[in-house]
Amino acid sequence: MARTLLDKVWDAHTVRTLPSGQTQLLIGLHLIHEVTTPQAFQMLKDSKLKVRMPERTFGTLDHIIPTTDQTRPYADPLAEEMAVHMIRNMKEFNLPLFDMATGKQGIVHVIGPELGLSQPGMTIACGDSHTSTHGAVGAIAFGIGTTQVRDVLATQCLAMAKPKLRQVRVDGALTKGVYAKDVILTIINNLGVKGGVGYAYEYAGPVIERMTMEERLTVCNMSIEGGARFGYVNPDATTIDYLRGRQYAPAGAAFDKAAAWWKSMATEPSAAIDDVARLDGSAIEPVVTWGINPGLSVGVSQRIPAPESAPEADRSTLREALAHMGFQAGQPIKGAKIDVAFVGSCTNGRLSDLRVAAEVAKKGKVAKGVRALIVPGSQQVAKAAEAEGLHEIFQAAGFQWRKAGCSMCLGMNPDQLVGREMSASSSNRNFIGRQGSPTGRTLLMSPAMVAAAAITGAVADVREILR
Amino acid sequence: MTDFKRRQISGRGIPLPGNDIDTDRIIPARFLKEVTFETMGEHAFEDAKKQNPEHPFNQKVYQGASVLVVGQNFGCGSSREHAPQALMRWGISAIVGGSFGEIFFGNCVMLGIPCLVASQADLEWLQKAIGREPQKSATVDVEKQEVRFGDRVIKATVPDGPRNQLVGGTWDSTAVLLEAGAAIETTARKLPYVAGW
Repeated sequence: MARTLLDKVWDAHTVRTLPSGQTQLLIGLHLIHEVTTPQAFQMLKDSKLKVRMPERTFGTLDHIIPTTDQTRPYADPLAEEMAVHMIRNMKEFNLPLFDMATGKQGIVHVIGPELGLSQPGMTIACGDSHTSTHGAVGAIAFGIGTTQVRDVLATQCLAMAKPKLRQVRVDGALTKGVYAKDVILTIINNLGVKGGVGYAYEYAGPVIERMTMEERLTVCNMSIEGGARFGYVNPDATTIDYLRGRQYAPAGAAFDKAAAWWKSMATEPSAAIDDVARLDGSAIEPVVTWGINPGLSVGVSQRIPAPESAPEADRSTLREALAHMGFQAGQPIKGAKIDVAFVGSCTNGRLSDLRVAAEVAKKGKVAKGVRALIVPGSQQVAKAAEAEGLHEIFQAAGFQWRKAGCSMCLGMNPDQLVGREMSASSSNRNFIGRQGSPTGRTLLMSPAMVAAAAITGAVADVREILR
Repeated sequence: MTDFKRRQISGRGIPLPGNDIDTDRIIPARFLKEVTFETMGEHAFEDAKKQNPEHPFNQKVYQGASVLVVGQNFGCGSSREHAPQALMRWGISAIVGGSFGEIFFGNCVMLGIPCLVASQADLEWLQKAIGREPQKSATVDVEKQEVRFGDRVIKATVPDGPRNQLVGGTWDSTAVLLEAGAAIETTARKLPYVAGW
């Protein structure tokens, strides 16, 4: 019988069916970071358990890392304590840690693919909801909580229920100034922030097939914002070209064998899929969120909707969003003033994101009163960007060039909004308080649109700047 | 001996209206800079409580409540277990809602906190009924998949897998997973990326 990638990966990693009816699923790659693991290691120690397959867990430091002065001890004693615990735990359990000294440190969802750790056909788990990112290479990748991190460390397995599968097809072709971020924000807007609960999303169609790996990583990254814990793209020539030569990818004859297996894991055309959603990629324009969840967005030429235009059940959220953001229904999103611009995060902190932001940055200077940060997703991204001189373009335009980390996406380091500041952000969440200030406000958009907002001082249409 | 079986849970209710309440709202990221979960209960809904004096978690009448009744898509967003840890340490031992963020739901199961799904109409009724009689106990029956409040019984479901784990007391899953023994390594060795290409 024809099977989907989800079927094949799930079957290959099934250890057994548990008495509860769930699957005992083997985890092929376990990625960890400093925020969601100290308690898991403590539980392991308390139960006198070992790490079952230490060669299958890799760690990095990303969430609490300062992006300016990284001298130890960190200025924030709480951040320092978390780093100390992470380093100590990794040493104690003999697990590899990509710390600053390795030159490979970065956001866990940037370095996994970058190092070739994340490969097609794998199950990948990490104590972070944006683990769906790694699905871009054709893996079943998903976020877990800390107690589940303990289970993966102790057993290399998780008790899981297999999700249903929805194929999300993006037809047509994207127009100039429209990026992967606009595609995923449109998908979330169309299918809703809880539309994907219980599903894995298989992204397909000509627009997805034409995307580079970095663009696919952006799309899969935000699956969880649409409620889908898993999101993936079937492995193809783009996937194989991307993985060739990466540090942890097989080399030589082994690579060819691997490539053949990877391709064999793709969904077969006649495989049964629970549901198909379609959208027209040609109709997508640059998207900006105006509210307090990633589904509340409009095209940059559109106006902020009135709560009355939404289904009854959603109206209270829309009212709350307008109140928090200080927006009026009917107001155009274009022209909304910003205080902060942030390019970075596991969604949009890769080299191609910085390149496109730099292209826009060349067209002007950061507007007066705007604080603009460029935070590369990893040390390797930073190095590659510097080799191209991107940092100089940014600095000449008045952007701050920072060191790698999660930074202002969630404000666990000193990079935070202050008071009611309005941020144009290439990150993934606009939840109330997300960027470090309880009253701060976030407008999500593509890196190009963030750069456009930075030099305009307000939400702008990047297509007019790039024209 | 600790009883891990979560057949039914009884306690006073606390209604929390609104949809799409995300885990950043339940516990903002700046409170995650801790190497234990011990202090999480103090920070449950900290910003929301400060911004809204009427927030149910602020109200005296709901202190000591253990059955949380929410709306749609509760716990969406981040995988931080700190969110259910904060609720649990505040006193919550069962949640009834319209739908749940999937990772949040899984994290709750790992802590033995059942999350049950009820209809919008029943949720609205239950929230209002608890508001009228906050001192009355609600019973969340995981086994029978219902919630009882006063003389009314509403349907509230949990998928089979988690229900079996909760009712059977196997939600703390490490021991169950370890029972697979060498089958774990056998499965791993069949994978070409583990065995070698």
